Amino acid sequence: MTQHLRVNPIECAAHGLCAELIPERVTLDDWGYPIVDGTPIDKDLVAFARRAVAACPVFALKLAADARLKGEPAERR
Amino acid sequence: MVSRPRRDRLGQLAEALERADVRGRGGACFPTATKLRAVAAQRGTPTIIVNAAEGEPLSQKDRYLLMGRADTVLDGALAAANALNADEIVIAVDQGFSAEAAAIGRAVRARPDLSRRGLRTTVQAVPSGYVTGQETALIAALAGGEPKPTQTPPYPFESGRRGRPTLVSNTETYSHIGRVARGTYDGTRLVTVSGAVEQPGLIEITPDTTMAGVLQSAGGITESVQAVLFGGYGGAWTTVADATALTLEERVLREHGLTLGAGIVFLLASSSCPVAEVARVAKWMAAESAGQCGPCVHGLGAIAGALEQLTLHGDGFRTCVQIRKWSEMVKQRGACAHPDGVARFVTTALTVFAAEFDDHAQHGGCGRCDDSTALPTPHRRRSTAGSDARRSGTPLLEIGSKAASR
Repeated sequence: MTQHLRVNPIECAAHGLCAELIPERVTLDDWGYPIVDGTPIDKDLVAFARRAVAACPVFALKLAADARLKGEPAERR
Repeated sequence: MVSRPRRDRLGQLAEALERADVRGRGGACFPTATKLRAVAAQRGTPTIIVNAAEGEPLSQKDRYLLMGRADTVLDGALAAANALNADEIVIAVDQGFSAEAAAIGRAVRARPDLSRRGLRTTVQAVPSGYVTGQETALIAALAGGEPKPTQTPPYPFESGRRGRPTLVSNTETYSHIGRVARGTYDGTRLVTVSGAVEQPGLIEITPDTTMAGVLQSAGGITESVQAVLFGGYGGAWTTVADATALTLEERVLREHGLTLGAGIVFLLASSSCPVAEVARVAKWMAAESAGQCGPCVHGLGAIAGALEQLTLHGDGFRTCVQIRKWSEMVKQRGACAHPDGVARFVTTALTVFAAEFDDHAQHGGCGRCDDSTALPTPHRRRSTAGSDARRSGTPLLEIGSKAASR
């Protein structure tokens, strides 16, 4: 199963390490917060993605499975 | 274990809601039957929450329903509770709506079916705030915490109040459920109309109602109108021509990038300065942020600051470009949809009022900027987290079996 990167915006405190470690998927906005590209992580990027997840000082970055949870509504506010 | 009666009641109600196409009237327009089934599919005894936080300044319908149609709202909450075998109904009311809370409290007390064995119904005050009505923020507030959204998943349907599967729906949605359960639902919805109309207030519309019909119900316009805002402060501006051409059916509006949201139509008079109105609302909405997510805190602050700049001394065309860029930048980057709503409100304004924004960018504030009062931006009394928690954690009214509450 493929995975994608996901940031918890509540926890994120703009340390910016993720953008250094996987610029292919993470860029920073004008205030230093990550803009995460949610497209699947290719095989050759998995190691970088894991390093970025591990480097986040506030555990705000996660690798998540692409498939939706069973029973999860498609659109929610 | 799911008992047979529950399955039958659930199936019947869900099918009836589906046939009637009942959807969330807090603004999301999500099919209520789907939500009901999602809660039912979870383990654990569900909780029913009636969302009457109504933090949108342009909406009045939920307050009206609590006062004037309490029984249909309670019918809906009870039908949902019965279908889900829920043991608790919580009616969450903005702490500023004391008369409405008292009214729904009286209606609850008059109904023995809400306090039968195994079911407890409470009316609880929650802190005022635009974001308070967001489902996860509401659950946090009801638990005595600050009204701030939490990260999803888990969604309330799987883990909500006290970790239980929770059906959170808008007050009007429950009134629709109640009417479906009684066989009296007719597909109408409530809309709050305000701005340049003779009789601002609530009207009831059907899916084929047009702007002409809305204006007729609201007693006509008071002066010429320059644009229409659908859906409130998280909604979208549209030109008078476009607004008049459409029927106010959610499906049709969404095809045009519009929505009535919680049921809101606002008409901006030609005598108002749209730039100043949009700037003031954006500033208010930035202050209404729960303050948790960086893109919302910094992004909305930056957008509001740039808009205010336009009403003062202008800044060439750089500011408008910057506002558009920042509005795109904040979309889908918060734990809730607050930044997305502000982005929609602001970017549609930039398009609809392009000439006015260009003029302000070149020449700065106009003569009407200082008289901007058309859109309400109510002053919020900011209380500390501690007093908020005390206020919101205490039920105003509690009836029903204590045994059920644990």
